[in-house]
Amino acid sequence: MTVVAVRRRPLWDEEPTLFGRAAKGVVVAVVVLAVLFPLYVVILTSVSPQAAITKAGGLVMVPDGFSLAAYAELLSGGVVSRAVLVSTGIAVFGTLFSTVLTLLAAYGLSRPRSFAHRPLLFVVLLTFLFGPGMIPTYLLVSSLGLIDTYAALVLPGAVAAFNLVVLRSFFMNIPQDLVDSARIDGASEFGILTRIVLPLSKAVTAVIALFYAVGYWNAFFNAFLYLNTPDKWPIQLVLRQYVLQGQPIPGTGGESVIEGAAPLPTLAVKMAVVVIAVVPVLFVYPFVQKHFTKGVILGAIKG
Amino acid sequence: MPAADLLTRPSTAVETPVAPRREKAWRRRLRRDWPLLAMVAPAIVLYLVFHYVPLLGNVIAFQNYSPYTGILASPFTGLYNFERIFTDPGFWQAALNTVTITLFQLVFYFPIPIMLALLLNSLLSARLRMFVQSVVYLPHFFSWVLVITLFQQMFGGTGAINTFLREHGAQTVDIMNNPDLFLGLVTLQSVWKDAGWGTIIFLAALSTVDTSLYEAAAVDGAGRWRRLWHVTLPALVPVIVLLLIMRLGDALSVGFEQFLLQRDAVGANTAEVLDTYVYFTGVVNNDWSYAAAAGLVKGVVGLLLVLGANKLAHVFGQQGVYQK
Repeated sequence: MTVVAVRRRPLWDEEPTLFGRAAKGVVVAVVVLAVLFPLYVVILTSVSPQAAITKAGGLVMVPDGFSLAAYAELLSGGVVSRAVLVSTGIAVFGTLFSTVLTLLAAYGLSRPRSFAHRPLLFVVLLTFLFGPGMIPTYLLVSSLGLIDTYAALVLPGAVAAFNLVVLRSFFMNIPQDLVDSARIDGASEFGILTRIVLPLSKAVTAVIALFYAVGYWNAFFNAFLYLNTPDKWPIQLVLRQYVLQGQPIPGTGGESVIEGAAPLPTLAVKMAVVVIAVVPVLFVYPFVQKHFTKGVILGAIKG
Repeated sequence: MPAADLLTRPSTAVETPVAPRREKAWRRRLRRDWPLLAMVAPAIVLYLVFHYVPLLGNVIAFQNYSPYTGILASPFTGLYNFERIFTDPGFWQAALNTVTITLFQLVFYFPIPIMLALLLNSLLSARLRMFVQSVVYLPHFFSWVLVITLFQQMFGGTGAINTFLREHGAQTVDIMNNPDLFLGLVTLQSVWKDAGWGTIIFLAALSTVDTSLYEAAAVDGAGRWRRLWHVTLPALVPVIVLLLIMRLGDALSVGFEQFLLQRDAVGANTAEVLDTYVYFTGVVNNDWSYAAAAGLVKGVVGLLLVLGANKLAHVFGQQGVYQK
């Protein structure tokens, strides 16, 4: 735990009025509640028994009993379990793939005056200026036979140019003497990257990997565009289909609105899907957040 | 990210000794640097395949493309697709919606991160400040599907607000499906998701303000609000101008997912933006060449706006130097 110092009010600064203090307190409370209240209500409803939801007439705002039935139902196999596996797989492999490729490219371009680094850097930077457009990209992915494959979710945006540039400028600020002495000792370029540059760039690499991971977990667009088979859907598409659009979830119970039709998911089940979609982000967030204070990202953004 | 800056970045490396003959130096550098090239290669190949090849694929905007005949055999039709765009009310409705949303957000979204940053900066307790920052940054890491689902659970027909109204015998209000409220709703969603994250850059600018300026102003009798106006805000002006210009350069992009996900709820007339229009004409209706042309128009106008905005930034950049 870090010791947090309370900043003292400077001598020249006048004491705020009581009204000013109160107003500021109210605004801060409203801002914090606006973010946390929806999450609180959704999480609470997902662990409430059906009786509590019926009594509340909808979302539960005051704790009233506890039940993990919704999670048991969702995670005992079926659409949502599969989507969690799919999204986890994409997030793990995609993050590895993207992070490794970004590291290699950033290091490869970080040596001043290396062969052809200017034109290669130009190839990277030009992508900032003009995107290829949705239609030609779709047709290319389709003609490569990648429709309905997981490769289509990873390959088109595997290396984020922004991350590459951020890492590269970080690498360029590593004292050149370190790299030079390693080379004199006979280290290969790959050895310099893994043994010298990477250990010095742990924090920034971790942040970039976490950003990739959150991006892959949250990815909707590519999956929506390229995956036709619902069996292959990641969690974000499942969230849209069964919660936002309220379609019946195959293999789950609940009340049937129309006799004989598939039962609609109960509110607890829907909210459990939302929680499942958000939990990995909430879990990763403190690790990303830790680095904001260290100024890693800010320094990186300022480039 | 200013591209020119990165290219002309001064290097600290030891200069390679100039070889007597150019060609020899060239070969030696290649032999020395091939491991670096091998490291860059995978990323460059991905950029070439998934960025530059489709960039060239925009040529179908000038064709009557059909997936069955392919890009090489499809007949060229000149500017026919672009002529269609200019007489297509659907395209212009989407363009109008996009620009309306951009302008609305410029007025009602843009100032919020600035005000929030000023509020955070004024909190004396570092612990409270860290807590509030952690909370307001969080929604930036949520997907749009999640954000809209949360909004639906709060504002929708069976959401928290309407449940409360119903329980207390009041009239319920339909917020998520009302086209008249859509502009306000999407702006509120953007504020909820990204306004906190947007404070980062302003907080960085605020942390560079010289505190002796405040002291001097206070000694000269400037109160809290005069100091805000004459010391704090001038420090933020360069950042505000830069962000404003960048947003203007990006005026035709308001995001795809947020509008696709809510198009059914309020209807295409209100929620169709240029990106969703391209998606529905191309991927859904298979009018590939026309959709590519619409996308190309958006891309080219967007590029011109970015370049124009960059010029503007340079003009204001002169003033920015004066700020220091």
